[in-house]
Amino acid sequence: MKPNLLEIAAFTLLGAALLLGLLRMVLGPKAPDRVVAADTLSVITAISIVALAYVTQNPLYLDVALVYAVLAFVAIVAIARAVEGNRS
Amino acid sequence: MRVVGDTLLVIGALFAFLGALGLVRMPDVYTRIQAGTKAVTLGALAFLLGLGFLHPGWWAKLTCIAGFILFTSPVSSSTIARALYISGVRPWQARSTPAADSDLDR
Repeated sequence: MKPNLLEIAAFTLLGAALLLGLLRMVLGPKAPDRVVAADTLSVITAISIVALAYVTQNPLYLDVALVYAVLAFVAIVAIARAVEGNRS
Repeated sequence: MRVVGDTLLVIGALFAFLGALGLVRMPDVYTRIQAGTKAVTLGALAFLLGLGFLHPGWWAKLTCIAGFILFTSPVSSSTIARALYISGVRPWQARSTPAADSDLDR
């Protein structure tokens, strides 16, 4: 398929959002900032995979996006538990 | 149909971009959680709705993804905020002395 101007603008905005989240992840002063950046980046990455499914016209990427969202949620909760510390 | 879907796609991507911008610009961890969760969740839902307008045959999986993001994104961010609060990160205050919380000075 051939994306029109609005779709190119939307995908460019998604790429810019990914770059900004990656910027916060690189220069986050401490570990909590990086965890928060990872939380936001996981949602934006799932949406980008859905956009990839639309660009390639392949609905298999929707399953990939769903599984990615599930695994990212589990990973974020595990990291948050690790940050919380050894509290019984 | 395609114009409506594309407009929703642009709105969703714009909200995701604004959430990431708030993630960079906000001064504190808690405000970053707030910016990076609410705006990005709304942007994700708008993006998935626009893609549902563009591809009406994919509505089942798109609804699954949208519902999952709608349920798990607030849960994960509130878990992070609770973990940070328990582990001793204090909220940022606008008029605080530099010596009192120099560990939060950014």
